Amino acid sequence: MRLDFTVVLQFLDVIALGMLWTIAITLGAALLSFFGGIVLAVIALYAPILVRLPFRLFAWMFMGTPLLLQLFLIYFGLVQIGIDLPAFVAGVIGLGLHFSVYNSELIQTSIQAIDKGQMEAARTMGLSRWQALRKVVIPQAVRDVIPPIGNNMIALLKDSALVSVIGVSELTLSAQLAIGRTYRPFEFYVAAAVGYYMINLALEAVLRRIERRIEAAR
Amino acid sequence: MDFELMLRIYPFFLEAAWVTIQLSVLTTILGLICGTLGAAARLSRLSVFRWIGAIYVSVIRGTPALIQLFILYFGGPQIGIHLDAYAAGVIGLGVNIGAYMTETIRGAIISVDKGQTEASRTLGFSRWQTMRWVVLPQAARLMIRPLGVNINALIKGTALVAAISVIELTYTAQRFIGSTYKPFEMFLMSGALYMIIIYATGRGIAWLDRRAQIV
Repeated sequence: MRLDFTVVLQFLDVIALGMLWTIAITLGAALLSFFGGIVLAVIALYAPILVRLPFRLFAWMFMGTPLLLQLFLIYFGLVQIGIDLPAFVAGVIGLGLHFSVYNSELIQTSIQAIDKGQMEAARTMGLSRWQALRKVVIPQAVRDVIPPIGNNMIALLKDSALVSVIGVSELTLSAQLAIGRTYRPFEFYVAAAVGYYMINLALEAVLRRIERRIEAAR
Repeated sequence: MDFELMLRIYPFFLEAAWVTIQLSVLTTILGLICGTLGAAARLSRLSVFRWIGAIYVSVIRGTPALIQLFILYFGGPQIGIHLDAYAAGVIGLGVNIGAYMTETIRGAIISVDKGQTEASRTLGFSRWQTMRWVVLPQAARLMIRPLGVNINALIKGTALVAAISVIELTYTAQRFIGSTYKPFEMFLMSGALYMIIIYATGRGIAWLDRRAQIV
C-alpha cells in the first residue's frame, strides 16, 4: 500500500477534536497536579507522622511504578469498589495524581529552601502558622519551581497519550478510530505525532511567557 | 485481598518481570548508543550533523513515546519495516530514550570547564585527543547520575510495549485484571516487582557514581 497522506484530510475533524480533548485532559490533569503537588508537599513537610507515612508510601508507589499500570489500577480498581467514573475523569485523576507526586517533590525542596526568616517574620506579625505558610512561604516556594513544574507539564502532555488505552477519545484514540476505518496506521499516527508536536510547541511558548513574567515580577 | 489467587499466579509475574528486565537492559544499551551518537552530532563542527541531532532530539522529545511505538510497529509495514512486537518495542523505546540521553551526555560534556580543552589544545593535543583523554573522562563522571534518571524513566517506560502486546509485567497485570477482576492484587504484584527492579538499578547507579568519584 502506497503512503497517501491526503486521507488524513478527510478525517481532519476527528483529529482536530482529538487534539481538543488532549488539550482538555492535559489542562485538567495539569491543574490537579499543580494543586495536588502543593497539598502533598505540605503534608509531607508539616503533617503529623501518622498522616505523613501513608502519604509517603503512596508517593513512593507512584514514583516506582509505570503510569500505564496506575491508569489500569485507577480505572478498573474504582469500578471494582463501585465507583464507575467516565474514562475522561479517570484519566484526569490518574494523570493528575501521578504528576502531583512529581510536583510535590519539587515543591518540598523549594519550601525547605525558603529562608526561615520569612516564616519567623510572618509569625511575629501575628499570622498563624497556617496563614504564614499559605500567604508567605508557599507562594514564594511555588514561584521558584515554576520552570521545572513546566517541564513536568510537557511530560504530562506526552503521557496523556496513555489514557487512550482506558478509552478516553483523545488524539491517540482518534487516530486509532480513523485507522480502523482506513487501515492506514502510518499516515494517522504520523498525523497524531504532528498534532502532539504542535500542542507541545504551543505549551512551551506559554510556559516561556509565564516564566518571563515571573522573572519580571521578582 | 485474595492471597490464594496471588500465590497461584505469581510465577507468571516473575516470568513477566524477567522480560521487563531484558527489555530494560536492551533498551538501555540501544539508548546509550543513540545518545552517544546524538551527542556527537549535536557537538559536531559540521552544521549538517548539528541539525540532524537537533531535529532528532526535538521530534522525539516533542511527541509521545506511545505514538512513536505505534508508528514503528503498526505503520512500519507500510514503509517496508516488518518487526515483531518485541523488536519494535526495543527499537522504539531505545531510540526514544536515546534522545533524552543525547541531552544528558551533551550536558555533561559541555559542563566540563572550557579551560581544560584550551589547556589540552595548547599542550598540542588534537581535538579528538582532547575529547578522548581530557574531556570525556571528566564528563563520564558527571553523567552517571543523570543517566540514572533516564534509566529509571526507561524502566517504567517499558510498560508501553504492553500496548503492542509484548508480554511483560504491565501486559500480564492487565491480562489478569481482565480475567480475574482483581485490579488491586495485580497492581500490588506487578508494582512490587517494578519497584524492586527500580530500587536495585538505583543502588547500582549510586554504587557506580561513588566509585567514579573516588578515581
